[in-house]
Amino acid sequence: MTVQEPGADGFSSSPAPDDALRVEHISKRFGAVIALRDVSLHLARGEVLALLGDNGAGKSTLIKIICGFQQPDRGQILVNGQEVTLKSVEQARSLGIDVVYQDLALIPGLSVYHNMFLNRERVRWPLLNNKEMRRVAREHLDEMGVNIPSVNVDVAQLSGGQRQAIAIARAVFEDAKILLLDEPLAAMGAKEGAMILDLVRDLKARGDVSIIIIMHNYAQALEIADRVNLLQQGEVTFDKLARETSYDELIELVVEEYRRAQRERHGAA
Amino acid sequence: MSDIAPGRVVGRPSAGGGGGGGNGAGRLVVQGLGVFLRQREATVLVVTVAMLLYFGISHFSTFVSQANAVDLLSENFAPIAVIAIGEVLLLICGQIDLSVGFIYTFAPFVMYFMVVYYHFPAWLGVIAGLVSGLIAGWVNGFLTVTLGLPSFITTLGTGFVLEGLALTFSHAEPLTPTPAIMSAGKYIGTSPWSQFIWAVVLVAIFHVVLTRTRWGLYTISSGGNLLGAREAGINVGRIVYGNFMITGVLGALVGLQIAFYDSSIDPSAGGYTPMFYSVTAAVIGGTAMLGGSGTILGGALGALVLSTLIDGFDILGISANILPVIFGCAILAAMIANVQLARLRGSGGTL
Repeated sequence: MTVQEPGADGFSSSPAPDDALRVEHISKRFGAVIALRDVSLHLARGEVLALLGDNGAGKSTLIKIICGFQQPDRGQILVNGQEVTLKSVEQARSLGIDVVYQDLALIPGLSVYHNMFLNRERVRWPLLNNKEMRRVAREHLDEMGVNIPSVNVDVAQLSGGQRQAIAIARAVFEDAKILLLDEPLAAMGAKEGAMILDLVRDLKARGDVSIIIIMHNYAQALEIADRVNLLQQGEVTFDKLARETSYDELIELVVEEYRRAQRERHGAA
Repeated sequence: MSDIAPGRVVGRPSAGGGGGGGNGAGRLVVQGLGVFLRQREATVLVVTVAMLLYFGISHFSTFVSQANAVDLLSENFAPIAVIAIGEVLLLICGQIDLSVGFIYTFAPFVMYFMVVYYHFPAWLGVIAGLVSGLIAGWVNGFLTVTLGLPSFITTLGTGFVLEGLALTFSHAEPLTPTPAIMSAGKYIGTSPWSQFIWAVVLVAIFHVVLTRTRWGLYTISSGGNLLGAREAGINVGRIVYGNFMITGVLGALVGLQIAFYDSSIDPSAGGYTPMFYSVTAAVIGGTAMLGGSGTILGGALGALVLSTLIDGFDILGISANILPVIFGCAILAAMIANVQLARLRGSGGTL
């Protein structure tokens, strides 16, 4: 018996062994609109990658493809070096890929701990084992440093930041290894935003969860991320370590893009 | 901000006991009151107790007599409370069943025909009646979930169909159940307290189902955040189907009970009134029309409010013509209270 190389499944390019996720040459079009053209990105294990870009740059489409909600027209996705075909959200989740959307998937009328255990309830037949679920939820949230008054309160009574924190904690609780956060700081005050950033930092410190975080605020992105990718008109145009770039450089890129778009428009007119 | 549990992180939340740990009885009472008032059933419980006290004290001898207790609890309260169980479950899912009153009309005929024309034993006739409710509920589920009609329209349609079938089969004439049929109804509806006992047991069971089982959690999830529930892998369609079927069986049960109680199978029994009373009871009891929240206990208390009003007005000798005005105002007052209280809860205010 020979030892199998990781990723020795016929895929030609050589994935770095510590990459949790590789996206290679992904293209996607909706009718005449090209949402993504030949996008490649990689995410090292335990890394936080900030995905920046204007509205319509293709960030959401990329996220939807990685989480299995949509399928690419072309290209490959590799999880832990293995090529995978993501046909559904469930399948992606079974591979440890989970997405936390802006419009959260929490149930407002249920308590925090019931939300944490939704569809994975602990049961002492025929009744729910609420005591056990309360205890485990409490422990897990404490461990993650999520600060809420009580796991008994309905999610409807929590603030936006607290809900976001619960949603992220739930994904990690469900064993997500690759976490996609879709604008987790949108519509959130500075204090709440700081709470979520702390949570992401704690996750980073754990080292076993890799995170792609879609953001609009470049200052926050540089603060939280290890690496920054810029998506412009369906292409990754920029990929640098956060410590090797600066706020000014990012702004300059976006302004340049804007000028170019303007020139094109005037040229066409 | 959070007055339920002050401080940073509460170590072990006491079950339903609020923040606990207060030193000083006064603070405990205030906290307890705060927790109590935040319960959805609180308002309606206060109203119920006040009304029972009023009628109990002002008309002690009549109101507290056994005959009146049967009138109030078995005849008036039980049917509303039992159907309200189904309506609460459906309203929480974001659905409604307008046809349940006609399932109530229809089921006793199924029982009668099975026993008299097809020579089923009486007990099997009872089961056939209940199964007809189950099937009607399944059809409502099929039209709503599988074919995607709004449940308001689905059940409007199936309600008419059932009404028409009952009228056709009976030639619009009431039937008298045979002695064999009546013998099967002893524990279902014939004896004076049976309806009340059934109602209490069913309310207790479904209260536990809603608050302590997966079925309950998924019912709340389906109405509270449909996409979120689906994303969590919950089969929302199955939950809605199931709750329509539960409602159908409960409607059929009430129909059979009334048939036994009155010794008559009447095509004019049931209809929209018991259904609307039950929806009213659910709403008074704090169930949100838009889904996502509500309690079986609240629905039962709402049913008690309505039945106490019906019964109390009878005792006071006030014309029943004014009753709908009172009910209408009660619905509106309950909704206003719920909306305002929800706002308070949302803002974390103490009241």
